[in-house]
Amino acid sequence: MVGITSFGAYIPRYRLPRKLIFEAMGWYNPFNAGLAKGEKSVANYDEDSITMAVAAGMDCLCGRDPAQVAAFYLASTSLPYQERQNATIVSAALDLPSQIRTADVTGKLSAGSTALLSAMDSVKSGSVSSALVCAADTRLARMGSGLEHVFADGAAAMLIGGLNVIAEFVAAHSVSYDFVDHRRAAGEKFDRTWEERWIRDAGLMKIVPEALAGVLAKTKIDPQSISKLVIPIPVSRAAAQLAKGMGFKPEAVQDNLMAAVGDCGTAYPLLLLAAAVEDAKPGDKILMVSIGSGAEALIFEVTQQVEKARGRMGVKGHIEAKAQLDNYQKYCVFRDMVPMEKGIRAEIEPPTAFSTLWRERKTVLGLYGSRCKACGAPQFPPQRICANPACGAVDEMEPYCFAGRQARVFTYTADMLAFSVSPPAIYGIVDFEGGGRMWLDFTDCDMEDLSVDMPMNMSFRRKYLDRERGTSGYFWKAVPHVGA
Amino acid sequence: MAEGIKNKVAVIGMGCTKFGELWDKSAEDLMVDAFGEAIADAGIDKKDIGAAFLSTCFEEINVGKSAIPLSKTLKLPFIPVSRVENFCASGTDAFRYACYAVASGSCDVAMALGVEKLKDTGYGGLPDFGHVMGTQNRMIFPNVTAPGAFAMMATRYFSKYGLSPTEGKEAIAKVSVKSHRAGALNPKSHLHKEITVAQVLSAPIISWPLGLFDCCGVSDGAACAIVTTPENAKKLSSNPIWVKALQLASTSGEELIYTNWDGAHVETTYRAGCKAYEEAGVKNPREEISLMEVHDCFSITEFVTYEDLQISPRGKAKEDIDSGLFELDGKIPCQSDGGLKCFGHPIGASGLRMIYEIYKQLQGRAGERQIKNPRLGLTHNLGGFPVMSICSVAILGNEQ
Repeated sequence: MVGITSFGAYIPRYRLPRKLIFEAMGWYNPFNAGLAKGEKSVANYDEDSITMAVAAGMDCLCGRDPAQVAAFYLASTSLPYQERQNATIVSAALDLPSQIRTADVTGKLSAGSTALLSAMDSVKSGSVSSALVCAADTRLARMGSGLEHVFADGAAAMLIGGLNVIAEFVAAHSVSYDFVDHRRAAGEKFDRTWEERWIRDAGLMKIVPEALAGVLAKTKIDPQSISKLVIPIPVSRAAAQLAKGMGFKPEAVQDNLMAAVGDCGTAYPLLLLAAAVEDAKPGDKILMVSIGSGAEALIFEVTQQVEKARGRMGVKGHIEAKAQLDNYQKYCVFRDMVPMEKGIRAEIEPPTAFSTLWRERKTVLGLYGSRCKACGAPQFPPQRICANPACGAVDEMEPYCFAGRQARVFTYTADMLAFSVSPPAIYGIVDFEGGGRMWLDFTDCDMEDLSVDMPMNMSFRRKYLDRERGTSGYFWKAVPHVGA
Repeated sequence: MAEGIKNKVAVIGMGCTKFGELWDKSAEDLMVDAFGEAIADAGIDKKDIGAAFLSTCFEEINVGKSAIPLSKTLKLPFIPVSRVENFCASGTDAFRYACYAVASGSCDVAMALGVEKLKDTGYGGLPDFGHVMGTQNRMIFPNVTAPGAFAMMATRYFSKYGLSPTEGKEAIAKVSVKSHRAGALNPKSHLHKEITVAQVLSAPIISWPLGLFDCCGVSDGAACAIVTTPENAKKLSSNPIWVKALQLASTSGEELIYTNWDGAHVETTYRAGCKAYEEAGVKNPREEISLMEVHDCFSITEFVTYEDLQISPRGKAKEDIDSGLFELDGKIPCQSDGGLKCFGHPIGASGLRMIYEIYKQLQGRAGERQIKNPRLGLTHNLGGFPVMSICSVAILGNEQ
């Protein structure tokens, strides 16, 4: 049996009410009034597809040994690097082993399902025992466009394996077409699109049914027996029409999360699939379609194991863990859509020493410190001489990963002088449960949310963006612990 | 046990420029001015100086690296000159090297000069730390500023001693009010206005909980000290000031890397203070120290320094500031010249500027600010951040 053994989600904390977009830009395009409902998830200024993929991957691995993952695929159309594989940064942050196969899967919004199929094929063939797929996107739409209301930021992750499968892979059907509904040339920031009516009538309503019909024909599964139909189309009327036309039960159509999240690009189908699995009962058949440069339809059958698949934030947890972004301008600045007066202080960007980064990769990307075998004290960054004044042992250290550990606020400040895209810059010192202390940036919080001793978790974030030298630099920040 | 520096070296001449936003003065101007006052005060000739030490911190916006800028500017005749850089402890550290040069017998007269031009960055506050941390640290440290790093100590102090933000802010506000009162009397200080607690409390926040008036200014300035042997001092000066202790304590790293630090005090200050008292033979600092110039980069820094230097008991700095202990007419005046608060903090110069004030006070030449019968004066510089710092403490006296 091959299939999904775990799933994870990540939806950024900030949600922008669409009516704020329309209030700001409706003067330019009054036809967008119909789109000004609900809210969309917006990545914080220090998030991108890499960091969101890490967050979804952590949610998916929750408590599982990363050393067991033998392949990793990152699907996205908004990756920071064209060369320097983005998947390798994510896999290092997730502490996956180095001896694995990694790939960026990109260029189409259905890249997530293609990555899933590759992962399942490699597990089925026996070449790897377990593969992780993360999909994440932070696509931008121009100010005043309809897509600005639709595009959202988010990520999802699926762990594929042959043991303890919670949703068994049944079959898939892929179709590939150069159907250019959207396009974005290398180096461009925004999508270009063709007419919506053409996209709907000539694309969605023809290509998606072809993929769905293909997989149903292969498996001889009756559409009426599909419990959950995952169709990542932002317009729910179109999805309902499609389902009805092909004989699916209307109630099988999975909610498209437009009210609370939006269209998260490559992550969208996987996020909806995660939401479907989250609510599924053993025996449920889930049919997922993903759309982009053609379409792919995949059928999964939920197993008894799904009952045990709890303990993650998942889609529901992330939808609830939110804060409203209360102005449109802040969104434009976070997503770097308008030039901002950042001041001379912001111009001071030291170059990234890549030889240092390579030497310190476990520290910087994996948040590894060391623990003294003589006295047991965890310390960060890794030391050769124990910092415990009562110990001082030399070269008695073992590697110690802080990334998944909870910490408590030791002290903090909110700094108006330091450069930040979202001032004040909030940072502080945290003490880890089990020992160890770190001085870190805090993010996803306001100063009013903080107090000494409150619990924090570690989150992988973009630490700086050095445009001059084409570098996105990453490290970990502390975020207030969400949930129980 | 080493004997220490006590009474082995004396200060015979000092100079200090006016501090401020000296847009029309170059580092060269400041060096020449501070040196000119010091050498005239000492009454010696330039050729008598056997070694010199230059302290600067942010060399990239100042005079650049090495000691060459000093020897070239003052036309020192091919003597040994070294540059000292130890963050905010640089000035006192340069003074320490000058004293050691004399005490070692390698020269009879040595000089320390600190100079810093901070106002050539184009923005407020200290220069950004972007480049100063080294290639590894900047990948893992937050993009901090000095006020932020010290504000974290205020947060922790308030939490440890159960002060509400309002109570805490009011307690530390009094530190700044006191220093402004003294600074207003000083023609060389940058800021000359008295301020009120209400003004401090309502000022814009720089880094919570520190507001504008909790922070010292950023300015340009230079100060210079000339030191010599006891024999020379007695020959050359009618009122030499004697070096009683020179201590430096640099963090072992445990405050941040281990978890034994409480975050509400500065360990290096405590350690350097203990060693300085021992070197100077001070048994009870609260009774024996006549005045102090401490590192008031931020109000909270001066506040915890009272405790770290064992003047105030732990958690009791508030009571001492409330009682007026540190006022100009108090038992232990602190920042009789206005401190960093009113002088601003041209890093390399600050330690020597503090020694300049102690020197003048101990000689009875502090003018309007003169305190009554001082005997022992202490200076304290804190470099780095509370969580990883380097501290220098000097004690000077007017009797050998």
